[in-house]
Amino acid sequence: MAQCLRQRVGLLRILSGQSCSSPSTIIFPLQQYNSSSLPSKTLFSPGRSESTVASNQLDSLSSSDSDDDHHQVLDFPGGKVGYTSEMRFIPESSEKRVPCFRVLDDNGELIKGSDFQQVSKEVAVKMYSHMVTLQVMDSVLYEAQRQGRFSFYLTTIGEEAINIGSAAALSADDFILPQYREPGVLLWRGYTLQQFANQVFANKADDGKGRQMPIHYGSKKLNYITISSPIATQLPQAVGVAYSLKMEKKDACAVAYTGDGGTSEGDFHAALNFAAVMEAPVVFICRNNGWAISTNISEQFRSDGIVVKGRAYGIRSIRVDGNDALAVYTAVQAAREMAISEKRPVLVEALTYRVGHHSTSDDSTKYRTLDEIEYWKTERSPINRFRNWVERQGWWSEQEETELRSSIKKQLLQAIQVAEKTEKPAITELFSDVYDVPPSNLAEQEKQLKEIIQTYPQDYPTDVPV
Amino acid sequence: MWGIIRQKVAAGGGSPVARIRPVVSNLRNYSSAVKQMMVREALNSALDEEMSADPKVFLMGEEVGEYQGAYKISKGLLEKYGPERVLDTPITEAGFTGIGVGAAYYGLKPVVEFMTFNFSMQAIDHIINSAAKSNYMSSGQISVPIVFRGPNGAAAGVGAQHSHCYAAWYASVPGLKVLSPYSSEDARGLLKAAIRDPDPVVFLENELLYGESFPVSAEVLDSSFCLPIGKAKIEREGKDVTITAFSKIVGLSLKAAEILAKEGISAEVINLRSIRPLDRSTINASVRKTNRLVTVEEGFPQHGVGAEICASVIEESFGYLDAPVERIAGADVPMPYAANLERMAVPQVEDIVRAAKRACYRSVPMAAAA
Repeated sequence: MAQCLRQRVGLLRILSGQSCSSPSTIIFPLQQYNSSSLPSKTLFSPGRSESTVASNQLDSLSSSDSDDDHHQVLDFPGGKVGYTSEMRFIPESSEKRVPCFRVLDDNGELIKGSDFQQVSKEVAVKMYSHMVTLQVMDSVLYEAQRQGRFSFYLTTIGEEAINIGSAAALSADDFILPQYREPGVLLWRGYTLQQFANQVFANKADDGKGRQMPIHYGSKKLNYITISSPIATQLPQAVGVAYSLKMEKKDACAVAYTGDGGTSEGDFHAALNFAAVMEAPVVFICRNNGWAISTNISEQFRSDGIVVKGRAYGIRSIRVDGNDALAVYTAVQAAREMAISEKRPVLVEALTYRVGHHSTSDDSTKYRTLDEIEYWKTERSPINRFRNWVERQGWWSEQEETELRSSIKKQLLQAIQVAEKTEKPAITELFSDVYDVPPSNLAEQEKQLKEIIQTYPQDYPTDVPV
Repeated sequence: MWGIIRQKVAAGGGSPVARIRPVVSNLRNYSSAVKQMMVREALNSALDEEMSADPKVFLMGEEVGEYQGAYKISKGLLEKYGPERVLDTPITEAGFTGIGVGAAYYGLKPVVEFMTFNFSMQAIDHIINSAAKSNYMSSGQISVPIVFRGPNGAAAGVGAQHSHCYAAWYASVPGLKVLSPYSSEDARGLLKAAIRDPDPVVFLENELLYGESFPVSAEVLDSSFCLPIGKAKIEREGKDVTITAFSKIVGLSLKAAEILAKEGISAEVINLRSIRPLDRSTINASVRKTNRLVTVEEGFPQHGVGAEICASVIEESFGYLDAPVERIAGADVPMPYAANLERMAVPQVEDIVRAAKRACYRSVPMAAAA
């Protein structure tokens, strides 16, 4: 088989998937990335040789054999395929894992020669403050749950860069289908701290009318679908949304988030396979945070993470350092462009660590060490890392940090107080929205209930509106 | 494929057998007053008209496009509307059901076809946890105007995993609407209503009915024809005993009513049409008139549609009952394949007749022998 020519440069190395006899390498230098144009199959100038090559495992799939094989092909359903008389199994894993795209080093210094999307001071500061807001919101609400003020909470601690970095890279029209550890995306789009508080307290001001348990927020206005508990169901649904967007010819894509655990679900397979066949403009973002409740990733799958699965479906994929906000921002922006302009699904695996417990129903110290948690919390904190970079640009200071944190905390405590005092939803909300129009049996039951409450008011709490 | 094999196996007793005949014959060209239309054609024309009227409606499922539909229900639609609106899917019920739900979230109106509702088991999470509950969970922000349709219940000689009736399963879920047509008029009117409805609808067809013809009036043939969801139809009026049924069993019940009439029992046959919402007022009004009730269904007896009807009648019309409610259902076993066993596992006309007589306190012989 002919050798594939690859240039070991550039941000995105996309090997031509069809046959290795036509060498075409597509490199997208980031500065070319804007919504109006996308280069097709032309070679751009090289020069950035920082990133190591993700070659080996791909080589083993398509490496060259002896020369006289390359013109001998077989015709089968699915196209022509070269053959070999040497029996060789593709190894279950390659010698080197797929490398991880990062732009900032552990201290928040920009790595020389990186491909990255420059951000303005305004965007950088907005990103940073939202990461801090997310962290503070999580800490305060978590504590409130521990105090028994509402039943359940789950935090996003350690994954702020994925949340905010990806949110910042998307447009307001992009439709989000999250798993449940992505409140940062909602925060970025304008969901207020009061709205979050209302949702967890399930009061009558809640947009969801108190129908859902805590952290199951959503907003049609902000194009963020209401969180649904079953894992990975949002993945094929995202493909459906993407299909709708494609039919409408909208300049927008669907973005579905999942964790590492979610990729074990059948829906993950169905969604990726189908998205590729349908040529749907959807970006799948997998937050590989190492844990699915107490299930470590070595017990979840035996592949090299999630990124290698993309190719199995014919989907372009990238692995990114999920704790590097700039890298996430850059990669997601590029993925989005590809998805929309080329009408294809793209897979982004963001490596990170789940610093918090799975939820308030979990105590992760039972299955991992305190040292491990502490290490990731402090030394690998995505917030500190990004902060260093922002400060180095001269865009942030210690004083602004203190002010921001205390302001957010105050706002939150205020929001919680207000939310807790706000009335619960009216009893009529028990019966509405089951269907578009209330059915006769429910209308009847509601009427009966109201009559009973009127007749026996002493048996009903006075602070619950009817 | 088993769908083809089925045509060679004659079902026993009174069950209609699908006859092989040309699928599409445009009877509208004839000027006779009462036209005959096959259920298959009724469904096809309903889909065609709704897709023509609303560009957001699209069809998705295995074999619906190039193959013209596993049961030819979508014949001609790919050619007419193109691959963007008639999608052949990979074999993934979970996948295409999820995709349909997502498309509905965003504003399209998918019609998702299951080759048989038995296979919907592989996608039932999307139907229940996403489609049914989303409007409520999102406080009305996310509506899901989707239709899930396909053959349901027993066919002929297809065994346990192809014969299960899912009416009771889906009808227990608030947020879903569940319809089951019998005649071509039902098929057209209810499918159109389902597609137009903003809520998720489970549309349970019957494979053996696809090839049956029914008379249809000009009103039914009109493209604006639509039946209300939640209203049952009294197929045959009577005064001695009420028989409730849906789908294919309506046909058997009507035959049973003929036999009963000869013995002096006037049976009122109610075609439920809508399993959820159940037309409790029509059922109860009928029972208050006849004072006796026989519920008939193909599905398994425990927690079945008949159980719900019985409970409803006892709650609302207990004083009017002159006899215990008789409940006829499929045998409480996975459907066997052998023709003689299959016949024993599904209600037959004789079973309905016997139950009606029991409800009327006539002496009846013991249960039929094999």
